[in-house]
Amino acid sequence: MNIHEYQGKQIFARYGIPISKGYPAFSVDEAEAAAKKIIAETGSQVCVVKAQIHAGGRGKGGGVKVVKGVDAVKKVASEILGMQLITHQTGPEGQKVRRLYIEEGQDIARELYIGMVVDRDARRVALMASTEGGVEIEEVAEKSPEKLITEHIDPLLGLTPFQARKIAFALKVGDGVPEPKKTIAKFVDVLMKLGECFVKEDCALCEVNPMVITGKGEVIALDAKINFDANAEGRHKEWAELMDTDEEDAVEIEAKEVGLSYVSLDGNIGCLVNGAGLAMSTMDIIKHYGGEPANFLDVGGGATKEMVTKAFKMILSSDKVKGIFVNIFGGIMRCDVVAEGVVAATKELGLSVPLVVRLAGTNVEEGKKILNGSGLKIQAADSMGDGAQKIVAAVKA
Amino acid sequence: MSVLVGKDTKIVFQGITGSAGSFHAGQCIAYGSNVVAGCTPTRGGEVFKAEGPKGPVSVPVFDTVAESVKESGANTACIFVPPLGAADAILEAMDAGIDLIVAITEGIPVMDMIRVRRALETSSSTLIGPNCPGIITPGECKIGIMPGHIHLPGKIGVVSKSGTLTYEAVGQLTALGLGQSTCIGIGGDPVAGMDFIDCLKLFNEDPGTEAVIMMGEIGGNAEQNAAEWIKANMKKPVAGFIAGVTAPPGKRMGHAGAIISGGKGTADEKIAALEAAGVKVAPTPAEMGVTLQSLL
Repeated sequence: MNIHEYQGKQIFARYGIPISKGYPAFSVDEAEAAAKKIIAETGSQVCVVKAQIHAGGRGKGGGVKVVKGVDAVKKVASEILGMQLITHQTGPEGQKVRRLYIEEGQDIARELYIGMVVDRDARRVALMASTEGGVEIEEVAEKSPEKLITEHIDPLLGLTPFQARKIAFALKVGDGVPEPKKTIAKFVDVLMKLGECFVKEDCALCEVNPMVITGKGEVIALDAKINFDANAEGRHKEWAELMDTDEEDAVEIEAKEVGLSYVSLDGNIGCLVNGAGLAMSTMDIIKHYGGEPANFLDVGGGATKEMVTKAFKMILSSDKVKGIFVNIFGGIMRCDVVAEGVVAATKELGLSVPLVVRLAGTNVEEGKKILNGSGLKIQAADSMGDGAQKIVAAVKA
Repeated sequence: MSVLVGKDTKIVFQGITGSAGSFHAGQCIAYGSNVVAGCTPTRGGEVFKAEGPKGPVSVPVFDTVAESVKESGANTACIFVPPLGAADAILEAMDAGIDLIVAITEGIPVMDMIRVRRALETSSSTLIGPNCPGIITPGECKIGIMPGHIHLPGKIGVVSKSGTLTYEAVGQLTALGLGQSTCIGIGGDPVAGMDFIDCLKLFNEDPGTEAVIMMGEIGGNAEQNAAEWIKANMKKPVAGFIAGVTAPPGKRMGHAGAIISGGKGTADEKIAALEAAGVKVAPTPAEMGVTLQSLL
């Protein structure tokens, strides 16, 4: 689960990680009020207007502007609010900007990159740092991996000060600042707090790009990109308030609420499958035979008739679906339960597109009996390959 | 012959009184698995009853795993504890000296699993999962949620990140008359217990295993690392399949670990690595069985 920069910074503030003065704004009026406050508090006219969307690369896409004075903030805010912001992470259609964050300007001497992520190979949290702050870190990792410094965090010890110091010296944090010792100490302190924040908040990813060193030698987190580990939702009730449903696919949220795993895709063949691996493989085999899947849908291992009904309705109600392939290998999931759900959903919504069903495993005979007795126009398939070929042919016909 | 589990496996079911735990404990007992104890804190003293192949079975329930081991001689644990308590249940099994821990639970926070992995470094226990279907030696011992009846005793080792995709492969093998020595579901979480290489090592040394089929999926480097190990060490033929050739980048495909991020962990990259290591990769999931058969 992703959150916005300003929400991430509010979390940083709780851990004592230095951030710039700033206020979120949902309208031009709120942006104006925020700018007035900031100018009054800092005595400087410089403000930064930042689009709040979940994707990175906002600056390059024109979603971050440094301006002087309240009028300029108003003008830029009205331009950015409501725009379709296109970055390398949003896809070509972009993401609509609905929220802004207005911040004080900083006298930036250096921009560094700090990122934390779960390293699957090391089975630990990795803290990564680079002197190439403010740019796309994927590019740094690709073109000059030697510039990316990594320290792994032992879960029993947490991030240790010596590890933070190693990074501080590798990045030459003390260079060019008035009091190098103080700046290094501040930097180490910020890293220690970030390490604590990552673990306690159950992050999956936390990026500060850039972490800046100001002309006076202050260390400030100028960005905050946090992604939470969805598995930990049960112990973080506060996440519900941080979720921005405008940034998520409505159908995917609807699916999640009933315990289904759903991802929208661009094709026209709806799929209903049990198990993530089989669901992915079903997409693959449809494509192999020349079709295009409309979705990834895993009804899970222990789905009830109601969940299957809901899942099938979601597929039926999509305009782009021109055919449906149900592929079930019953383990815990019983084929008769799937069949009952499919029949219940079609009774309510009707069935105007071709339907191919492949059932195998637990209670397969009972499942077939229910489908055959339903009067629905169903093509039965004996195997995954057979089913995929049948649905691709039916959609093309 | 087989690996990890067989006739001598004595199982303690942690979470045996929950709805999923009791259902699957019953299924494992019905298959003939030797479930010797159950464990649910505060439910010690109760008795779990189920129907085995040779008649009714009574399983004593204990408050702690240590007590379960002491009283029943359990050497293997099967974990059906809800996600936020599951890591602690694994740690408890390790502390009680359990040899093999099979964690079925889906949705354990990754930070908890990082701690568990750290604890495993100084433990003699082996962990399978979490978020996996479990392990089965057909005809001898089933620990987990897989449908027992699709399996056939034989000489093919099966290792997979995905549950139903494993059933699909096993179903195809059984239909071809190719039985299985042991099938291991390692799960699709980013931080888990045994990986492909751990399983391949066991199959490589097992005289009862003639060939291996491995099913991977998008995300991470586990398949690429396995490919390197196979190239250097594997003495037996290996067939493979990778799910997610058509998965779009940045979208999590059900499993917490199944996501292509930063252009890494794609199916194409994994298939190329496996093929370079001499693994025969099935072109479609419908051809996993025949691909393995072609190697014999």
